[in-house]
Amino acid sequence: MTYIAKPKVHHPSLQRNAIGLTRRDYEGAITTLCAGCGHDSITAAIIQAFWELSVPPHTVAKLSGIGCSSKTPAYFLREAHGFNAVHGRMPAIATGAGAANAGLMMIGVSGDGDSLSIGLGQLSHAIRRNVDILYLLENNGVYGLTKGQFSASADPGSTSKKGEVNTMEAIDGVLLALTLGATFVARSFSGDKAQLVPLIQAGLAHKGFAFIDIISPCVTFNDHEGSTKSYAYTREHQVEVVQADFIAPREAITSEQDAGTVKSVMLHDGSWVTLHKVADSYDPTDRDRAYAYIRERQKVNEVLTGLLYIASDSKDMAEQHELPDQPLAGLPFEQLCPGSAELEKLQARFR
Amino acid sequence: MPRTDVGNPDYYHKVVDCQWACPAHTNVPEYIRLIAQGRFSDAYLVNRESNVFPGILGRTCDRPCEPACRRTRVDGKPVAICRLKRVAADHKDDIRDRLPTAPKTRNGKKIALVGAGPSSLTVANDLMPLGYACTIFEKGPRPGGLMRVNIPAFRLPEEVLDEEIGYIAGMGVEMRYDTPVTSLRALVESKEYDAVFVGSGAPKGKELELPGRRDTDQIFIGIEWLESIHFGHIDTVGQRVLIIGVGNTAMDCCRSAKRLGATDVKVIARKTRKYFKASPWELEDAEEEHVQILENHSPVRFVVENGTLTGMEFDTFTAREEGGRLIQEPAGRTIVPCDTVILAIGQENAFPWIERDMGLEFDKWNMPVVDKVTHMSTRPGVFFGGDAAFGPANIIWAVAHGHQAAISLHHYCQGIPVTERPPDAMTLTSTKMGLHEWAYSNNYSPAARQKMTHVSMPHRFSKMTIEVEQGFTADQTKEEVERCLNCDVETHFTDPLCIECDACIDICPVDCLTIARPGDEADLRQRLTAPAENLDQALFVSGPLKQTGRVMVKDENVCLHCGLCAERCPTYAWDMRKFVLQQPYAGVTFIPLEAVGR
Repeated sequence: MTYIAKPKVHHPSLQRNAIGLTRRDYEGAITTLCAGCGHDSITAAIIQAFWELSVPPHTVAKLSGIGCSSKTPAYFLREAHGFNAVHGRMPAIATGAGAANAGLMMIGVSGDGDSLSIGLGQLSHAIRRNVDILYLLENNGVYGLTKGQFSASADPGSTSKKGEVNTMEAIDGVLLALTLGATFVARSFSGDKAQLVPLIQAGLAHKGFAFIDIISPCVTFNDHEGSTKSYAYTREHQVEVVQADFIAPREAITSEQDAGTVKSVMLHDGSWVTLHKVADSYDPTDRDRAYAYIRERQKVNEVLTGLLYIASDSKDMAEQHELPDQPLAGLPFEQLCPGSAELEKLQARFR
Repeated sequence: MPRTDVGNPDYYHKVVDCQWACPAHTNVPEYIRLIAQGRFSDAYLVNRESNVFPGILGRTCDRPCEPACRRTRVDGKPVAICRLKRVAADHKDDIRDRLPTAPKTRNGKKIALVGAGPSSLTVANDLMPLGYACTIFEKGPRPGGLMRVNIPAFRLPEEVLDEEIGYIAGMGVEMRYDTPVTSLRALVESKEYDAVFVGSGAPKGKELELPGRRDTDQIFIGIEWLESIHFGHIDTVGQRVLIIGVGNTAMDCCRSAKRLGATDVKVIARKTRKYFKASPWELEDAEEEHVQILENHSPVRFVVENGTLTGMEFDTFTAREEGGRLIQEPAGRTIVPCDTVILAIGQENAFPWIERDMGLEFDKWNMPVVDKVTHMSTRPGVFFGGDAAFGPANIIWAVAHGHQAAISLHHYCQGIPVTERPPDAMTLTSTKMGLHEWAYSNNYSPAARQKMTHVSMPHRFSKMTIEVEQGFTADQTKEEVERCLNCDVETHFTDPLCIECDACIDICPVDCLTIARPGDEADLRQRLTAPAENLDQALFVSGPLKQTGRVMVKDENVCLHCGLCAERCPTYAWDMRKFVLQQPYAGVTFIPLEAVGR
């Protein structure tokens, strides 16, 4: 908690983006999280990503549930729409919002408690429906707001701040998402903005459910020796298998690419993601091989990061259900509600 | 880049832009904070320690601190440092019992000082408390030098001068008025004094020998004319007055002419405004009084008809800037009618009273050869300071010279080599008071610079002695003190504590911080959160950080010293620590921190 607001004054050379906004215009209220929280770095990465993409903030909806992570939408894009849902129920709200207004750019921010414990069912179905949302799971392996109990993502064998060993299996967000058919699956680290910012941008451009599991250390309860979600542990065990560069529509792809290690995937809006594979045997467009590889490397304590899987043929919920691009609220009433005669006709078919 | 050595007092000193720019290195942020707390006497005394004349300088200083002020780079206008200094001087209580005093038992050493201007007075201020017997020889009837006779009373009231000079003279300095020194050799060789300090100023105004110069009595030399006004020898002036030259003396001349009854006052400049020597605020004050400034005029002759000055002829020019250089091309001649001309084109030193064969070397410009650091001439035991040492500067420089010369005089008299200079030292103290509380007002105030109120226009011309500036009101002071960024509360970084969480980088409102791969300075400057293009401002670079081997880099340029980096730091790797420069004065040295293992 900080007592003074962040001064509005900025660096004299602060740049403006294509719509005339500075990075500072994408900020929100000052954070109330603990000093050094990984979530704040993720917030900064979100601000950077939206600013670089020149997204008009009022075209964005930011959604969250309950938890430290779910407070963070207050700290970015103060001009955007927001919805703070009941614990674990953000995916349902997002599904409804996406159905009612397919033109909204949605970003959901959740944590390991909100997504993998109380909201696990909700998350699963949003993935299954391929709701068009960028879903960030700020993963610190601990219930911070309730003072540091192991969460569902805590690795077996890791210890609590007081030294107690976790004996239960962990739910891995990335493996879960791959199993459930997610069309965009990535893992990153709050301490690596160079990797995280392009991933957020690619996730926003992706049509469908873009899932990024972000290791986000809890400085207060889970940054000690014995933790597998600390700054030091993550830095030591992180292996970036697929380095993703995001290239906005109309931007030329200039660099000479070595066809053997680079793969480019075109996204729905005409932007590109180029994937630089660090490991030869890895293919980020093959779900089964991706799953197997991640599983295998987990056994030797590697934390694989990067854009781990992307489906180039993603069909989001709106497309599957032939929903209009226009917000439902903007449709003419006759179209939205065909009237009792039509209802009669429909019901007659079931008699 | 190697790790920045913050143990060297110079690094943090340089961050305090105002203090670094001040020749006397006055601790500006500290006295501004004291003013903010209403502790005017304390603020005055902090000031006095280094600049000796806060009341005088709070009205007349050339303020090298203000163009340097970090606030200029943040919102365009510096903190009104100079006028805040005046607030402390105006509102202090009786501080006489807190001033240094001379000991009852003197140390047996005698110092002669030539001229009762700011440099000699500073020397006496520093040496009297050490037991020296100081004698000041002054050619005029009262002390102060140019501060009294050249600066008009509407800018600097006599009471202020008398008070602050009185604090020094009151320690028991022997003041010999109306006693010009006519032979330095006689003074030195009388053996009456252990050492001599020359602070006689640069008392000669420059001449302009053009046709007509000697044909009238209505042409005056600026500083002599101001002096004559001061002594009451001159109390009228022609209706139409031309001032030749556009320095600060010219500004005093034109405004004085208005007060003597001139109705049409023009200041003549050879070049364009960009090249004027006068300080911008002095130009503004003159223009407020409807003084007209003519650019691109070069004097040709004085027009004198039947022994009466009627005008002055000038070559005129067109002017344009090309590649940062002024290009002037002739545009004909013109006569500007006038009744009086004041020449204010500069000052020179004059030492007719120093014998050239007394072992005191002079250079080809006829200036004494004086060591820049020790202020000693080539004749051991004779020291120079103020304008007499290196030519015309301003009061605060004279004060700075006085402090340095006092150290040398003290060493000389005690048999310590004068080249042995006591080092600067510093203290560094955390300002952390609680989880998110600091011992200073860390919030940024977006207030604009306060505008000084002036006495109304017709009234101020009625008398020479009406001080134009009225000083800041309580409300103005309250706003202005909060504009200070507290640059002396330094962002202090402890490398091994950093866990590279980026919290400081994310919170910094002005993008000062970056964790970067190591590199040389030129390369690093381009790889930061915001490019560090102000090369006058240092980069702080930490040692390799333990998790990744990268380094923490801070561009000092526009740091607000708001302390948010330290508030958001989970490990106290960043702390806000108050830096206090401990400047040595004569007989006062500090032990550097390293020596005591802190």
